[in-house]
Amino acid sequence: MSNPTIESRTSPAATAPAATTVMSMQQALNRALDEVLADNPKAVIFGEDCGRLGGVFRITDGLQAKHGEQRVFDTPLAESGILGMSVGLAMAGFHPIPEVQFDGFAYPAINQIVCQIARMNYRSRGTLPMPITLRVPSFGGIRAPEHHGESLEALFAHVPGLKVVSPSTPHEAYHLLKYAATRPDPVIFMEPKSRYWQKGEVDPATHDADGGSPTGAKVMREGRHLTLVAWGAMVARCLQVAELAAEDGIDIEVLDLRWLKPIDAAALAASVRKTRRAVVVHEAPLTSGLGAEVAQLITQSCFDTLRAPVERVTGFDVPYPSGDLEDEYIPNIDRILFGIQRVLEYKRG
Amino acid sequence: MDTLPLAVSGGDAGPLTPAELRELYTLMVAVRHLDTSAIAWQRQGIIPGYAPELGQEAAQVGSGYAVDTTRDFVFPTYREMGVARTMGVDMVGYMSTHKATWHGGLYNPLESRLAPIQAVVAGSVLHAVGWAHGQTLENSDGGTTGVALTYFGDGASSQGDVHEALNFAAVMKAPVVFFVQNNGWAISVPTERQVAGGSVAARAAGYGMPALQIDGDDVVAVVEATRRAFAHARAGNGPVLIEAMTYRRGPHSTSDDPGRYRSLDEERDGAGEDPLERLRKRLLADGIADEAFFAEALAAAKAEEEHIRNGIQALGSRPGTEMFDLVFQETTPALQAQAANWREESEHV
Ligand SMILES: Cc1ncc(C[n+]2csc(CCOP(=O)(O)OP(=O)(O)O)c2C)c(N)n1
Repeated sequence: MSNPTIESRTSPAATAPAATTVMSMQQALNRALDEVLADNPKAVIFGEDCGRLGGVFRITDGLQAKHGEQRVFDTPLAESGILGMSVGLAMAGFHPIPEVQFDGFAYPAINQIVCQIARMNYRSRGTLPMPITLRVPSFGGIRAPEHHGESLEALFAHVPGLKVVSPSTPHEAYHLLKYAATRPDPVIFMEPKSRYWQKGEVDPATHDADGGSPTGAKVMREGRHLTLVAWGAMVARCLQVAELAAEDGIDIEVLDLRWLKPIDAAALAASVRKTRRAVVVHEAPLTSGLGAEVAQLITQSCFDTLRAPVERVTGFDVPYPSGDLEDEYIPNIDRILFGIQRVLEYKRG
Repeated sequence: MDTLPLAVSGGDAGPLTPAELRELYTLMVAVRHLDTSAIAWQRQGIIPGYAPELGQEAAQVGSGYAVDTTRDFVFPTYREMGVARTMGVDMVGYMSTHKATWHGGLYNPLESRLAPIQAVVAGSVLHAVGWAHGQTLENSDGGTTGVALTYFGDGASSQGDVHEALNFAAVMKAPVVFFVQNNGWAISVPTERQVAGGSVAARAAGYGMPALQIDGDDVVAVVEATRRAFAHARAGNGPVLIEAMTYRRGPHSTSDDPGRYRSLDEERDGAGEDPLERLRKRLLADGIADEAFFAEALAAAKAEEEHIRNGIQALGSRPGTEMFDLVFQETTPALQAQAANWREESEHV
C-alpha cells in the first residue's frame, strides 16, 4: 500500500499495551475502537443502533457510556445520510468511523461512497482528505435474512479512491482496525460476521511479530505444494483444508490477503514462486470477482514458474441464497479440495 | 395536527357491521397466536429467526382488511405477517422466509397481491408508487383503479427513498396509501430520536398530501381510516399517508434484547392497552360477541397454528438447482457452467 502522506494524528494507544490475551473478534474490535477513541479526540463513531445498544453485534458495546454521546451516537435509519454526513465531518477535520449495520445496507449508501467519499481527495487536489473508516459486518455463514450476508469486496475494490481490508482473526481484527482508523484515506473495513464470536490470541503489542508490514498480506501457514489465497472468514476454512490435505501429504501454504485494495502483489508472487500453484477462495460470486484480479497478478509475476493455471473456488453468480442453501453457496471444504485437485492434476496440453 | 384533509369522495363502506367486527376479532386472534407461536418456534429451533409484531395486530389486521385483493396490491416489509394473514396469503409460504427456505417467501405475489417480503427498510415504498402509477396509465379512460398499499416504519421514514416516494406519488397523483406503523422504536432508537418534527404524518403536508394520524391500536379506527384513504386514492385524488400510532411490545427480532434500551416499566407505559383486549371489551359491551365466541376463535387460531407449523416443518430445503435456475428468465452460459460444476462437486447428479 502506498504510504500515506499524513501520518497518524496521534501517538500510540493511550491504554498501555497489555500482554497477549485470548478474546473474541467482537471483543478485539471493541477494544480497538475504544483505543482509537482514546487516542484521537477527532475520532467519532456513529450509525444505526451503535450507541445505547452497542450495535446489533455489540462491536461498539459500552463505547457511548465511556466516551460520551458526542463521540459515539445513533443516527436516523439512513445509510446514505450516514455516509454523506461522514464526508462533511471529514471536511471539518474529524475522523469518522461510521457503521452500516449489515453489508446489504451499504447499497443504499453506494452513491455517497462511490461518487463522493472516494473522489473528494482527488476532486479537491488533495486538500480534502477523507479519513473515513467504514465498518461493514460482512459475508455470510450465519443463516441471516436477505441482505444480511453479502460479499461486496470486488465492488468496493473496483472503485478508485477506496481502500479495502478484511481481518481473519481477533488479532488481525484488533490491529487492522486500529491501523485503518488512523489512515487519512477512506478504508472499507469488512468484518467477517461469522467469526465475531470465535476466540483467538491477541498480542496488542505487535501486529506482525516477524516485522511484516501492516499493509501486506500474511502467510498464516507455510507450505510447499500450493498456495491457498483467501481473506476474511475463508482464511479459517482454508487452514482447515490445509490440515486435511496434510494428511494426504499435500503441504499447503495459506496466504491471508488482508488488504483487498491495494493487494500485496509482492507477497502473492513470493508465495506462489515458492509453491508454483495457487487457488483463490472467496465467498463472492465468481464473475468479475477478486479471484480474477488475484489470478492475473499471480500470472503476471509467476507465469514462468506456474505449474497450472490459477484456480478459483468461489460463490456462484446468484443472489446470496437463503439460509437453507447457504452451505451450497459458500465454498465448503470439499469444493476447495476439488479446486486443489484440479491444480495438482493439471497436465499441459 | 394541521394536515390537508381528505377529499370528500364516495365509496366509504359505512360503519362496520357486527359480522365484520367479529371477523376482525377472529383475524386478530389468529395473528396474535401465530405471532407468539413463531417466537416459540424460533426458541425451539424450528425457524432461525422471526420479526414479532406483538401489539401491532390492530394496525395490521385493520389496514389489511381494507384491501380488495381483486384489484389492489400490497407492498410489505419483514413485519407484516398480520397483513398477509388478513389478505388470505398462504401462511406456510409466508413463513418459509423465516424458516430460511427462500428469501421473500414461497407464496405467489401475483396471485396473493402481496409483494415478496422485503428486508431492506423502505425498500419497496417506491415500488408501490410505480405500481400505482401503472394503474393511472392503464385507467386513463376512467376505469376503476387499483390502489397500492405500502407499509413502512417510523425508522424507515428516515430513508431518502421514502421522501422520493412521497414526492413522486404526490406529483403524479398516484393512487397509493402510505401506511406507517409508528411502533415507537427502530430497533433501539425511539421515535423522538428518529423522526424530526414530531410525526411522519406531519411531513405529508410538505408534499401537499393528505395525512391521517390515527390510534393504531384501535382496529375499528384503522379499518375506517384505511377505507377512507382507499376511497380517496381510488377516486383519482392521489396519495394519502396514514400514520398508525402503535407500540412494538416485544423485541425487534428474535435476536434482539430490548432490555438494553428500555426498561419493563417504560415498555408498560408506552404500550398502553392491548389492542386485542380492547376489541374484546368492545364486542362484549356492544353485545356482539360472547365468551363462547372468543373461545371458538382461539381454538380456531390454535388449529391453524398447528397446521402452519406442520407445513413449515415438512417444507424441507429447496433443491440447490433452483439457486441457479431462478436468477434470470433467460439463463447465461456462465451460470449454466457453474450449475453443472456445482452438481458434479456436490454429487447431486
Ligand atoms: C436499509 C436498511 N438498513 C438497515 C436495516 C437493518 N434494520 C432492520 S429493521 C431496522 C429498524 C427498522 O425500524 P422501523 O422502520 O421503525 O420498523 P420496525 O422494525 O420498528 O417495524 C433496521 C435498522 C435494514 N433492514 N435495511
